[in-house]
Amino acid sequence: MGFIHRLLTLIMKILVCITNVPDTTAKITFTDNDTKLNKAGVQYIIGPYDDYALARAVELKEQLGGSVTVLHVGEADADPQIRKALAIGADDAIRINADPVDSYFTAAQIAHVAAENKYDLILMGRESIDFNSGVVHGLVGEMLGIPSYSPVMKLDIDGTTATLAREIDGGKETLSASLPLVLGCQEPISEWKIPNMRGIMTARTKPLNVVEPVSGEVLTSPEKYSLPAPKGACKMIPAAEAETLIKLLRTEAKVI
Amino acid sequence: MSVLIFVELDNGAVKKTSLEAVAYGAEVAKLTGTTATVLALGKADVSSLAQTGAFGATKVLHAADEKLTHENSLAYADILAQAVQQENSKVVIISKSGLGDAVAARASAKLKAGIVSGVTELPVVNGSFTVKRSIYTGKAFSNVEVKSDIKILVVKKNAIEVVESSGTAAVENFGPTLRDSDFQASVGAVEKASSELSLTEADIIVSGGRGMKGPENWQPLLDFAKALGAATGCSKPVSDLDWRPHHEHIGQTGIKVAPNLYIACGISGAIQHLAGVNGSKYIVVINKDPEAPFFKAADYGIVGDVFDVLPKLTKAVEDLK
Ligand SMILES: Cc1cc2nc3c(=O)[nH]c(=O)nc-3n(C[C@H](O)[C@H](O)[C@H](O)COP(=O)(O)OP(=O)(O)OC[C@H]3O[C@@H](n4cnc5c(N)ncnc54)[C@H](O)[C@@H]3O)c2cc1C
Ligand SMILES: Cc1cc2nc3c(=O)[nH]c(=O)nc-3n(C[C@H](O)[C@H](O)[C@H](O)COP(=O)(O)OP(=O)(O)OC[C@H]3O[C@@H](n4cnc5c(N)ncnc54)[C@H](O)[C@@H]3O)c2cc1C
Repeated sequence: MGFIHRLLTLIMKILVCITNVPDTTAKITFTDNDTKLNKAGVQYIIGPYDDYALARAVELKEQLGGSVTVLHVGEADADPQIRKALAIGADDAIRINADPVDSYFTAAQIAHVAAENKYDLILMGRESIDFNSGVVHGLVGEMLGIPSYSPVMKLDIDGTTATLAREIDGGKETLSASLPLVLGCQEPISEWKIPNMRGIMTARTKPLNVVEPVSGEVLTSPEKYSLPAPKGACKMIPAAEAETLIKLLRTEAKVI
Repeated sequence: MSVLIFVELDNGAVKKTSLEAVAYGAEVAKLTGTTATVLALGKADVSSLAQTGAFGATKVLHAADEKLTHENSLAYADILAQAVQQENSKVVIISKSGLGDAVAARASAKLKAGIVSGVTELPVVNGSFTVKRSIYTGKAFSNVEVKSDIKILVVKKNAIEVVESSGTAAVENFGPTLRDSDFQASVGAVEKASSELSLTEADIIVSGGRGMKGPENWQPLLDFAKALGAATGCSKPVSDLDWRPHHEHIGQTGIKVAPNLYIACGISGAIQHLAGVNGSKYIVVINKDPEAPFFKAADYGIVGDVFDVLPKLTKAVEDLK
């Protein structure tokens, strides 16, 4: 057991799936008759939840050995963000060159690559911050026939067993399960890492393999985007008459 | 062909957000000329299950196996897929939560069902099936056509106005096949703040930010929340600093809430915080800085010191009683 245990921890292969999304402060508007996101002036980043997953993956590699591969399903405009993930500490990257339009299609692409490369651990973010579905981990887990858990706030690996804490409604739960696993991550699993100079230099020469997508089904298709109705003016109440607020909440808003 | 609604239970009773999902499913059933069936798993209070009838369900499938009482998305998805097949359902409704998303995802892969998460309105059904969802964390919406034969909609809170009637649903025993592989994880400690109201279910939330100055100053906020029967939340720096527990962290990278009333105390209103609260019906902001960005997203505002304003508000609420 000792020998196999060592062998298994030595060759631990981690896959981290990252999204390329508008910065959290981006102003969202649409073009082309509300059918496309207006990318003008929008800064793109690695999804903040994916960044937690990546940070934990790099720590696990430092602790246990093995390798970290980052994977993105999307077009070439994501390459700077993929390079950033390499600078943070991933060893190599795969970009599946497709325009992902729905969760099922995206998951099928990830599952295809994962099935070929047999990763021990597949880490994702809890959800993408563009389409907010929180489903790609579950889809990939089911497509590969392995368990998936989300949102995971703590993760430790011992041999082939993962011990994790996941958030449940109003609290958290600890559980342990055998690898391979797919996990959707969130804080405080780790802290965001900022690439250092050495990381940025070495990232330039690390492999970023671009592969073509396998044919896959698209089960949902976006038709039109829209923005929320603008908010009416805020009714200001003088601090000296704070109790007026409670009256208004009861008689006007009718919420208390 | 019935519309199937997966419900979450809390101590055997159907959760409020799930009752909303039942009401939503019943409306979809009307639109598609069929009935609404509820799927409930694990130990349950049968009268609470029957009560889903008041929200439009005709029938409840109840798999009572004790093994299903503990939240298990792998097994739940398996059973949901079996129920879809038995009922020949074409539309599945689940309320949005961590569990809801996980069950929807695995069931989608089993059934090759298109999934739309974050649904905010009833679908439009006229030859095609189109539904509106929230995207960019509440900053925009997308109308999505679902093309697959079986469709899974994960519905946000407040997607429809719920009207409760007096019907009861017939509760039937459901005996799905359980797979050992779904029960392999060993569950350790469960820490649940059972005495507190859950943020996702709460009608009113009182939330505190860095303007509260320190964990020792939370009492006036807790008193106000208690008077209102509200749950309590906080901004990210507050939970990062350990002033409040992590599960209270609201926003883009925390929990997304959609109460009827959200009251922000000493929170500046950074865009990442707003992303978690923009589904609220009414927003109240209390901040000493009249330029705080949160006022732009608020319905009611008080410019003032929280420590001066909160006790007055608590007293005003108590005076109502
Ligand atoms: C121009 C453009 C338009 C798009 N329009 C739509 C649209 O209308 N509807 C839609 O659903 N999607 C759209 N997408 C794709 C979207 O960005 C996501 O990649 C994909 O749909 C999954 O979103 P989700 O919310 O289901 O992810 P979630 O299930 O919330 O994601 C969970 C985790 O899965 C992983 N993951 C998700 N997507 C990817 C990916 N592409 N590559 C690698 N890992 C990933 C990440 O770790 C993420 O944190 C569009 C993409 C582009 C570039
Ligand atoms: C990728 C990313 C994700 C993030 N995700 C989140 C998230 O999910 N949730 C979140 O909350 N933040 C998030 N943030 C952080 C966010 O940008 C803000 O820094 C944070 O919301 C500020 O918290 P705050 O309003 O409590 O503190 P501050 O911005 O410091 O505001 C304190 C406010 O209190 C007021 N105040 C001070 N004293 C008093 C008093 N006595 N009475 C009344 N008012 C007073 C001040 O005028 C000020 O407006 C994220 C940031 C990034 C970069």
